[in-house]
Amino acid sequence: MKFDTPATTNPIDQLKVIGKPTDRIDGPLKTTGTAPYAYERHDVVANQAYGYVVGAAIAKGKVNAIHVLDAKAAPGVIAVITHENAGKITKGNFNTAKLLGGPEIQHYHQAIALVVADSFEQARAAAQLIRVDYERSDGKYDLAAAKDGAEKPKAGGFGGDPDTSVGDFATAFAAAPVQLDATYTTPDQTHAMMEPHATIAAWDGDKLTVWTSNQMIAWGKGDLARTLGIPKENVRLISPYIGGGFGGKLFLRADVLLAALGARVAKRPVKVALQRPLIINNTTHRPATIQRIRIGTDKDGKITAIGHESWSGDLPDGGPETAVNQTRLLYAGANRMTATRLAVLDLPEGNAMRAPGEAPGLMALEIAIDEAAEKAGIDPIEFRIRNDTQVDPEKPSRPFSQRQLNECLRLGAEKFGWSKRSATPGKVRDGDWLIGIGVAAGLRNNLVTKSAARVRLDQRGIVTVETDMTDIGTGTYTIIAQTAAEMMGVGLDKVVVTLGDSSFPVSAGSGGQWGANNSTAGVYAACVKLREAVAQKLGFNSADATFADGQVQAGNRSAALADAAREKELVGEDGIEYGDLDKKYQQSTFAGHFVEVGVDAATAEIRVRRMLAVCAAGRILNPKSARSQVIGAMTMGVGAALMEELAIDKRLGFFVNHDLAGYEVPVHADIPHQEVIFLDETDPVSSPMKAKGVGELGICGVGAAVANAIYNATGVRVRDYPITLDKLLAKMPV
Amino acid sequence: MKSFTYERAQSPADAAAAAARTEGAKFIAGGTNLLDLMKLEIETPTHLIDVNALALDKIEATPDGGLRIGALVRNTDLAADARVRRDYAVLSRALLAGASGQLRNKATTAGNLLQRTRCPYFYDTNQPCNKRLPGSGCAAIGGFSRQHAIVGTSKACIATHPSDMAVAMRVLDATVDTVQPDGKTRSIALDDFYRLPGETPHIETTLTKGELITAVTLPKPVGGTQIYRKVRDRASYAFALVSVAAIVQRDGSGRVAMGGVAHRPWHVAAADSEIPRGARAVTARLLADAATTHENAFKVKLAERTLAAVLAKAKG
Repeated sequence: MKFDTPATTNPIDQLKVIGKPTDRIDGPLKTTGTAPYAYERHDVVANQAYGYVVGAAIAKGKVNAIHVLDAKAAPGVIAVITHENAGKITKGNFNTAKLLGGPEIQHYHQAIALVVADSFEQARAAAQLIRVDYERSDGKYDLAAAKDGAEKPKAGGFGGDPDTSVGDFATAFAAAPVQLDATYTTPDQTHAMMEPHATIAAWDGDKLTVWTSNQMIAWGKGDLARTLGIPKENVRLISPYIGGGFGGKLFLRADVLLAALGARVAKRPVKVALQRPLIINNTTHRPATIQRIRIGTDKDGKITAIGHESWSGDLPDGGPETAVNQTRLLYAGANRMTATRLAVLDLPEGNAMRAPGEAPGLMALEIAIDEAAEKAGIDPIEFRIRNDTQVDPEKPSRPFSQRQLNECLRLGAEKFGWSKRSATPGKVRDGDWLIGIGVAAGLRNNLVTKSAARVRLDQRGIVTVETDMTDIGTGTYTIIAQTAAEMMGVGLDKVVVTLGDSSFPVSAGSGGQWGANNSTAGVYAACVKLREAVAQKLGFNSADATFADGQVQAGNRSAALADAAREKELVGEDGIEYGDLDKKYQQSTFAGHFVEVGVDAATAEIRVRRMLAVCAAGRILNPKSARSQVIGAMTMGVGAALMEELAIDKRLGFFVNHDLAGYEVPVHADIPHQEVIFLDETDPVSSPMKAKGVGELGICGVGAAVANAIYNATGVRVRDYPITLDKLLAKMPV
Repeated sequence: MKSFTYERAQSPADAAAAAARTEGAKFIAGGTNLLDLMKLEIETPTHLIDVNALALDKIEATPDGGLRIGALVRNTDLAADARVRRDYAVLSRALLAGASGQLRNKATTAGNLLQRTRCPYFYDTNQPCNKRLPGSGCAAIGGFSRQHAIVGTSKACIATHPSDMAVAMRVLDATVDTVQPDGKTRSIALDDFYRLPGETPHIETTLTKGELITAVTLPKPVGGTQIYRKVRDRASYAFALVSVAAIVQRDGSGRVAMGGVAHRPWHVAAADSEIPRGARAVTARLLADAATTHENAFKVKLAERTLAAVLAKAKG
């Protein structure tokens, strides 16, 4: 189905099932521990052996010799795989560094060996017997030091142009009566998902099946085939349940490749989970940024010039963190510029993490806006409203499909009690605590991408959906079931959803908050096909037929849906494809984030007290699972603001705090009452579902709202994340 | 993890004797720290002596009015004990500030005292660490050192002791009761129990080969207002950046120990006498010879401000 004109009324608009806060249909499996996650799939293939990964002990250099004889001779060991016996391995399209290193080492904990044994304990013990002779080379591990040598990255991907310019920024900024020029930093961060990367691999002749944990089935399948140099048709990738990904499982990773290589050498199925202390340096992370923001306004606080430059680093041939993206869209202003620069660093590979670009970009921009508003002497909400734009500020002929940011901010201000905020910082106290309130705007784009599905109707009237879409904990199973139920006029009890299998039609996958809108639109398209088949079978004109309560009706005729499949199962298969509506319109989602913090007057410990997000994100397919997405993202935003930082050893070139004891994320005690309000909105430009994403919108802006609240509480402005007590202490009010 | 042999000890003296005669032996009780370290091959015992059956799990009054806490009393039980909550509140509060409910259910009193540092370089066997591999060097010096010690450090090691419980026991003037391989017992003041890193950071206590902790004894209650204040980046399940254990009497006198600043719970007798003069005077004595890194220099100011808040609270 081609979607190239805005949606009109369609069966989804009935909202009998869609739009309801339905419990997750996979909830009972999760709560009873029976949802099958990759490492626990003991039943799928017999005789599984265990792999244990050895990571490189140096950040850059080469392996001169790798001594594996002791490991091979250890009890239970079946095989040891290194670059010497792995065969030819190509790098996948989505990988920057090789997943099996050696002799060249590109980053710390790059996998250099897999030990396969009868038991996990045997594999682990033997892995620790491997001795490696390394030759270290000098590397670059310090973004600030490498910044001046950073270069303009290639255009394309999700990054857009590395340089943008509209009007005359320099002249307008110089002439502006109110000027802000400040530099902000965000640190490297890790996804820290609960489930480690894990895979079981089994060969049947030259056919390979992997049970794994992956957000993007087709990308993973393609890159696994490419890496091994085998035809794509010979690879099947199965990933029905994913214990969190946040972008860390978008791509083929070492667990999959090593399990496949191990199984080939061991001649039996092999399972591999990346050990927790290995994950942080072995896999991808959100790269650190240095961001300079300049904002010039007139006396009324209208932005006349806005400039945003960002520097990040990555391995050679890697990509930048696109932290300036939102600044191209969020506020009006005739004169504007952005610049993205990329330095070569020899730290582990930088890549996507929840809202790549916008999450760290807004952490900086939305402090800058708070600072500019203060300089202009204007309330920060009023400042944002004054600088609203309903069109793409770089191309005014291109409107936003929907943009209710002002409504988000106004409603949030009312609900959160913004009027009680002291405009002067450091004035509100509650016992030991200095209290502050902060706000930030959130923006995350709505990306449209094709997505297919197959829908079956059997003689019992059961509707079964098959798509390689994934549910990374987001609620995909449920919204796909709701879509199929709405389209086919049946209850959720008559719908079965099967996901995450590369033998199913290729979907959008889960990333960039594009999963919900695109995958349900693909199911919508397949259901339209199935409705046509049903109508034809029952002798109805499909254009007139209505599907409700398990019946199909047209005019005064009615038949049971199941009757259409009495003789033979009916199948509808189709996908959604998009025209140029995303060129004609800017499609984005918006939020107003509100945070109240307390800062301990003595110790400068920071604790969040209240949070509110007001979101405008098109039709909300399931308010319950959408709310879960947003509060989870708000929690991650608190982590980014207050504690998450991969500490770099700039001499040795690795992330030192590489486990969940050292890399702190919020615990329950850190997260107080959270509220989420969704504006009533539909966006007919986005898809037949009129929906957009929320999973990343929820984190976009949260960090800055926390930072602005800390400033409001203490009068201390911190521009380097995370905002920890040591950065406040010296300037705290006495 | 390396293969090891295992036995269940029948009596404290037998356990000590077995540990003395078996090279590479270690005691195991709750295992909340040791097992993690064994999996990473930071600890590589060849023999484990399980002491869980030794009936050292009682909390008993001593003849002079104190409290004797068996080595195997779990952290949860110790924190909840009515006598501890009434007479040694600083200990109960310190315990509850540490770890998580699950860990406290399993962790023992002696094991808590003997837990190893959480220095990330100690945990990464690719990196030099004098505590893990004597003579290999210290990667934390010049590296990531935000959590590390600021007093009592050496050129070989700047690790901290991670326990909250031990800080409270230090301010309470606890003693550690032990049995030696020959069956003799002794009591070691907590102040003499922990060593500073010096040239041998891998030797953390004054326990001798095979010596087994059987109990920790608290002297009779000293009353006063008892506070344990732990400062950390997140609200739970994090080690202290700085912690303060304080007992302040009505007359303004008191005692103070700190955690998160040294290789052992930190107490300086001369600092206690400064309490009536306030936090700045106390901290000046307590952290007199502080040697900080760029990343942990904030701990000095943090310690002073935290102590000031504690003393203000104690005054009411």
